[in-house]
Amino acid sequence: MSATITSKLHTFSDKEQKDTRSGFGLAMDYLGETNPKVMAMCADLTGSLKLNDFAENHPERFVQCGIAEANMIGMAAGLTIGGQIPFATTFANFATGRVYDQIRQSVAYSGKNVKIAASHAGITLGEDGATHQILEDIGLMQMLPGMVVINPCDHNQTYAATLATAAYEGPVYLRFGRPKVPNFTSKDDTFEIGKGILMNEGTDVSIIATGHLVWQSILAAKELEKKGISCEIINIHTIKPLDNELILQSVAKTGKVLVAEEHQRLGGLGSAVAQLLAEQAPTPMRFVAVNDSFGESGTPAQLMLKYGLDSSDVVKAVESF
Amino acid sequence: MSNISNLEQLASQVRRDILRMVHAVNSGHPGGSMGCTEFFIALYKELMDHDPSFNMDGNNEDVFFLSNGHISPVFYSVLARSGYFPVEELKTFRKINTRLQGHPTTHEHLPGVRIASGSLGQGMSVAIGAALSKRRNKDSKLIYSLHGDGELQEGQIWEATLFASANKVDNYIATIDVNRQQIDGPTDEVMAMGSIRQKFEAFGWEVMDIQEGNDMQAVMTGMQKAKTLTGKGKPICVLLHTEMGYGVDFMQGTHHWHGKAPNDDQLANALGQLEESIGDY
Repeated sequence: MSATITSKLHTFSDKEQKDTRSGFGLAMDYLGETNPKVMAMCADLTGSLKLNDFAENHPERFVQCGIAEANMIGMAAGLTIGGQIPFATTFANFATGRVYDQIRQSVAYSGKNVKIAASHAGITLGEDGATHQILEDIGLMQMLPGMVVINPCDHNQTYAATLATAAYEGPVYLRFGRPKVPNFTSKDDTFEIGKGILMNEGTDVSIIATGHLVWQSILAAKELEKKGISCEIINIHTIKPLDNELILQSVAKTGKVLVAEEHQRLGGLGSAVAQLLAEQAPTPMRFVAVNDSFGESGTPAQLMLKYGLDSSDVVKAVESF
Repeated sequence: MSNISNLEQLASQVRRDILRMVHAVNSGHPGGSMGCTEFFIALYKELMDHDPSFNMDGNNEDVFFLSNGHISPVFYSVLARSGYFPVEELKTFRKINTRLQGHPTTHEHLPGVRIASGSLGQGMSVAIGAALSKRRNKDSKLIYSLHGDGELQEGQIWEATLFASANKVDNYIATIDVNRQQIDGPTDEVMAMGSIRQKFEAFGWEVMDIQEGNDMQAVMTGMQKAKTLTGKGKPICVLLHTEMGYGVDFMQGTHHWHGKAPNDDQLANALGQLEESIGDY
């Protein structure tokens, strides 16, 4: 059963189900054709990162690093010297936590034009369980000075984010996921790093969502509309730098904020928004996020429900104001 | 005067720089710096084709990476005395607002530095990446790097060595400063290293020794030979046998001066053993 939702600004449909990582792979193949400086690096997860086409079509710019992520990050930093634009790719857990010091010293502190592209982020990685379900990566990456952090919401947005990441000069952490999810944004939407997107205009509460939680928030807003609660939805694909202006404008109108993300409550988008508002516009807040817990094996849908990341959790949180 | 004796005079001056720099801030790592002085001078004065006007990409020039960043004093002294920045600037080492940070960094835009180092084990990966970048740019110049022998205890080094041979990265010479000392003591006591040669050979590298790593002629000849080994399908590892603290009798051959600065008397004693050949900064 598919849903079509018309907001005040757009019509969204979940008819097309696609994984965000495929948007990345498609964009990389396009970049392979169009930008001879772009290189793809992978640590034995070429298929999982949807890089088969890139590897086949541009073998001279594909670097198989083996199961050695620290070396991959260091080599990526070295590749920028001489002007290459390397995308170092693996699962989000191995792309961040495992190699934090390499990213910190060789990439961020050294100011290198390295793109860290991480798939299988968050709990929706599913059956592999908590060893692979990193829910701390946004926090780790946004703490690093100068690091841009991007978490697109669907296939089309991941495609656009990948192109924007390649065009941007400086280190970027680009995070996306494993499961097929509604591909509800338009291919024609503009994507600008650091500029959030207004998905729905509303008056009672601002829902600030990122990644897979944008769709859950759209579903929740439909439910809440039936109950007479008008939700404004902001799609924050770039967590750092945060679109302060768009958030402050929305909050000035609604006076209530809910932040929704597939990440720990501590250190993610919620923390960033709370910090902004505490300083500039103290506002009552609610958080839909994982609450100081590791994940476990299960289907993505089961896990979203069990760990409080479902549209019903967004509805409950808004009703708790 | 032969060129070698010019370089030896410079070595004496560089060692004076190292000691005066660490003494001034009562911190830093003189021991390894003094042990690698001949190597740096050979590299920057003779072996590398490099441009002190400095651009980050280093296209069409040889590029060096210091992986064991704590020996920054020798790196800074030789960079300054090769024209990368004013020799005067050495007096700012480790002081507030300096470009000469305790460990080298690109963050303050010091000419000659292309990567931050200090957290050990990362420089070989960076060097291999830069070697791949040269290969991609059809740039025939070489990549050099330096590592401590204690640094080989870091796992990332072995990820990098495996990659380099598997991918025939043969435009790259990694030098290991084999002084057999680390902060806590002799490497064989802290973590027995076994045969470094056999380890690199097992990982598919071409390995050669420079037994007299503090003899200018020997270092020059050895590194020239290393250059002739490039381009043959294997990465090159040079085992540079040095003495930590070389050049000052009471500092030589011990780990005690790994990360300790001399006091006033010790400095005076040490400088008395090192000719001020070119002029102090």
